Amino acid sequence: MIAIVDYGAGNVASVHKALAHLGQDSILTADPAILRSAERLLFPGQGHFGQAMARLRETGLDRVLLGIIERGTPFVGICLGLQLLFEASDEAPGVPGLGVLRGRCMAFAAPRKVPQIGWNSVRVVRPGSPMDTVAAGEHFYFVHTYHAVAAEPQDVVAVADYDGDFTAAVQKDNVFAAQFHPEKSGRAGLALLRACVGGLPC
Amino acid sequence: MLTRRVIPCLDIQAGRVVKGVNFLGLRDAGDPVELAERYDAEGADELTFLDIRASDQGRDILLDLVTRVSQRLFIPFTVGGGLRSVEDMRAVLLAGADKVSLGTAAVRDPQLIARAANQFGNQCIVVSLDVRRIAGRFELTSHGGREPTGIDAVAFASQVAALGAGELLVNDMDADGTERGFGHELNRKIADAVRIPIIASGGAGKVADFADAVIEGHVDAVLAASVFHYRKMTIAEVKEDMARRGVPVRPTYVAS
Repeated sequence: MIAIVDYGAGNVASVHKALAHLGQDSILTADPAILRSAERLLFPGQGHFGQAMARLRETGLDRVLLGIIERGTPFVGICLGLQLLFEASDEAPGVPGLGVLRGRCMAFAAPRKVPQIGWNSVRVVRPGSPMDTVAAGEHFYFVHTYHAVAAEPQDVVAVADYDGDFTAAVQKDNVFAAQFHPEKSGRAGLALLRACVGGLPC
Repeated sequence: MLTRRVIPCLDIQAGRVVKGVNFLGLRDAGDPVELAERYDAEGADELTFLDIRASDQGRDILLDLVTRVSQRLFIPFTVGGGLRSVEDMRAVLLAGADKVSLGTAAVRDPQLIARAANQFGNQCIVVSLDVRRIAGRFELTSHGGREPTGIDAVAFASQVAALGAGELLVNDMDADGTERGFGHELNRKIADAVRIPIIASGGAGKVADFADAVIEGHVDAVLAASVFHYRKMTIAEVKEDMARRGVPVRPTYVAS
């Protein structure tokens, strides 16, 4: 069973609907027991890094998620769900992230418009993730003001160009995460979601 | 590279598309869900639904429509029309919309933008500006362009961006319906004044108008309704012209 972590962040229901469209049952839950028993976890989200981390800490979900990741359960982060995996974000100075990945999130500098909103083409820079299934030059839908700067370059599996390359997807062991929204990226996004939940290593 | 977006807009009334639509092969040309899927297949980068006769009775029908669209369409979609409060917006977002578009309500009470952005994040909030050239300057209007407000449109755009709008939809009410092209001067002034994306609306009449809006008007996205509904052109034709003229676009799929 696939569990979608429901921690009060926006946009979790759209991932549930996209999975349903693919014929995959999933459950939206914050129940630690259900999360621990899931075969696969999806961790979506939109919103503020500081508010999301506060919510995860209040509910104890931060430790629950870290335990699940530690055990090797396939884990897929989306958008804010990618950023929260890092150690910190300039969006909320002083607030520690989950720290599964080393590095921090920074805002796109002027004169680039923020949020970056729209479809950007993604380039795979390292094999070994669901991004391997994506056709060269495929476009995905991004909506974000902050982007992750990984301290371990090998964690970055795909980049996109917004007046300079930025992190589009990461993979470390059983954890895969995308900065873009596969659930809002049309056919390309649905195909990637299928790869994420359909047996390929995530 | 970030591409420029082409966004068809569907005018909705009581859950139905109200402008005539001429797609071949549709079972029901007034069904927004079926039309939305068709535009998706043709390469629309997003969709906008505008409830043009927003009323309390119509609201439940609209929410039902939003739910049905979100179950079958996996590109971003924005819903606007008559949203007056954070509660109105929450209902539409919970039903499955990705963004809300605020118009007159934001003109009347700009702090509504701040409250909404605080609740849902900037990325959810599109503010729609209806603008006319009055006595040589660009002035904000309300009630579908009928009422002047005395507010300078470019200054208001900056204020709205500072309050937390994630995007601006700029409706050139002088160009709207003329099919003589987008209002480049207005768009450029606003696009160059703020650091959030701008969507141009109003005036599309020929294929070249869309690339012109990006090149001349510096906009990030272009929105149109009737030229797509009446099949005067397809999204693919628009994107081919944009690509040919050096404007980055997401390629369209072959329409099914």
